[in-house]
Amino acid sequence: MIAHLPALQIVLPLIAAPLCVLLRTTRLVWLLAFAVTVASFGIAVELYSQVLQYGVISYAMGGWAPPIGIEYRVDQFNALMLILITAVATVVLLFARTSVAKEVDQRRQPLFWAAWLLCFTGLLGIVITGDAFNVFVFLEVSSLSTYALIACARDRRAITSAYQYLIMGTIGATFILIGIGLLYMLTGTLNMADLAARLPGVTESRTLKTAFVFIVVGCSLKLALFPLHLWMPNAYAYAPSAVTAFIAATATKVAIYVMLRFFFTIFGADFSFGAMPLGQVLMVLSVIAMFSGSLVAIYEQNVKRMLAYSSVAQIGYITLGISLATTTGLAAGMLHLFNHAMIKAALFMAMGAVVYRLGSCRLDQMAGLAKQMPWTMAAFVAGGLSLIGVPLTTGFVSKWYLVNAAFDAGWTIIPVAILGSSLLAVIYIWKVVETAYMRLPPADQKPVQEAPLALLIPLWIMVAANFFFGIQGNLLWQSVLQAARQLSGEI
Amino acid sequence: MNWVTHYNYWIVILLMMLGFYTIIARGNLVKKIIGLNIFQTSVFVLFISMGKIPGGVAPILRDDPTTIYSNPLPHVLILTAIVVGVATTALGLALVVRINEAYGTIEEDEIHEQDRFF
Repeated sequence: MIAHLPALQIVLPLIAAPLCVLLRTTRLVWLLAFAVTVASFGIAVELYSQVLQYGVISYAMGGWAPPIGIEYRVDQFNALMLILITAVATVVLLFARTSVAKEVDQRRQPLFWAAWLLCFTGLLGIVITGDAFNVFVFLEVSSLSTYALIACARDRRAITSAYQYLIMGTIGATFILIGIGLLYMLTGTLNMADLAARLPGVTESRTLKTAFVFIVVGCSLKLALFPLHLWMPNAYAYAPSAVTAFIAATATKVAIYVMLRFFFTIFGADFSFGAMPLGQVLMVLSVIAMFSGSLVAIYEQNVKRMLAYSSVAQIGYITLGISLATTTGLAAGMLHLFNHAMIKAALFMAMGAVVYRLGSCRLDQMAGLAKQMPWTMAAFVAGGLSLIGVPLTTGFVSKWYLVNAAFDAGWTIIPVAILGSSLLAVIYIWKVVETAYMRLPPADQKPVQEAPLALLIPLWIMVAANFFFGIQGNLLWQSVLQAARQLSGEI
Repeated sequence: MNWVTHYNYWIVILLMMLGFYTIIARGNLVKKIIGLNIFQTSVFVLFISMGKIPGGVAPILRDDPTTIYSNPLPHVLILTAIVVGVATTALGLALVVRINEAYGTIEEDEIHEQDRFF
């Protein structure tokens, strides 16, 4: 049983998804989804402790030994990613039950949960697999179900944004497929470890460089790196709130994981940052993303869209850390990956609670809302503080390490950019706070009640996580630093 | 680089650009899906070309040890990718149907026009 944990991590949600379609009763379906998600979380934690104890786990899927068969390979980085995905999924699922019941048609709900579990499976699969082609398959499993989830919202703009995402997402995934194909052409293998062993012999090949570029562009589309982020704001704004919280915290993060896996494990840091000018390109794009995302967010009236643009900026921080091409920079980027997932999950869940009562999250309708929904708005403020990077929150910890890493790498202008972009974050968060706390509610609007406890409890769990990992800043940093060392091959 | 014997790769590039151009230039949502299909098909051809070995026969085991076989793995991979492509097309078309129900049109500019008043 224990030996088969890597397979169970994927198989459990994969089998539960069609069961959801068969069960047909929303209540039962949700219970099944929840049970499976909690079990997945347990498996992820167990896998991580095994990795810490015994080192990298290699699992031969179906008994076919790698490199011929598909290998599931768990090291410190993807074990942490598995914990992140399953933990976020568990908390958001608690939240989603009530939120989805309101935002999605009753008769579509069992199918909605089936798609949710498929998306969950896909994300876990991308992370756990050690086979390059398998990454593509799971990427499409998660993407296709995400398009369906977004289109489940009642707002008709959700369908057009799902369509837009489908076109962009498929182009991105196909680019990754081309890259993988070219790698196979060169080496005759698809296993990541095997690829890593064979690629150093062909670094001068133009095919390798082409493959690299295709994979970089494909991943950048998926992770919404500026200027390839255009699918994201609409998709996040019009999707059901629970879906937004889930994919904002996991899907883009998993795309970053794929990129890191290709950069460091397969191509190797020497090729990615030495032979190819990845560091420079990534750094410029990240800094532009940090500012353009935040600037657009300031002028946004729909708070979910505002947070989506803020995600563009925050993803900029993550890729900025990676672009420094040092181990501490990589670790700082990875730390922000985890922290940003917690921050955005909390903020989007707060907006989900607002949408639950107001039916909208436009700024003009949120005037004076803090009197009517004090706990929800307090959670938003707490999440906002973490986004800005106030001490005692996770946002502060990751920015602190990011600034340190930039100084260590000899960049003095980068910390200034980080500070500047954080100040812009103060502006857009303040806009929401000012509207909710200091304005009077519109006269023609009926007063609303505080969100139900079923929404508030998961929301505050996520906020508490933000403060816990903010105060215990060293805890996650040490794990991430070790993972970064392992990824970049230092140990 | 031999330009003539690599004609299959030129076809791949041509198809890829055609598909890509259709996705970008066409405002009709169904035509965009068709463009996406052409784009994906070009990648299928790329993979299938890879598996071909000069003089290779279909990879069915024969008694003769000197037989050269084509590489079947890219073909199998592309079977998976074709399934993914079919699923993407189906989902895309389903979304177009729902867009048509909600907006009464599948022209991109008309949809933007309608949404502007919200």
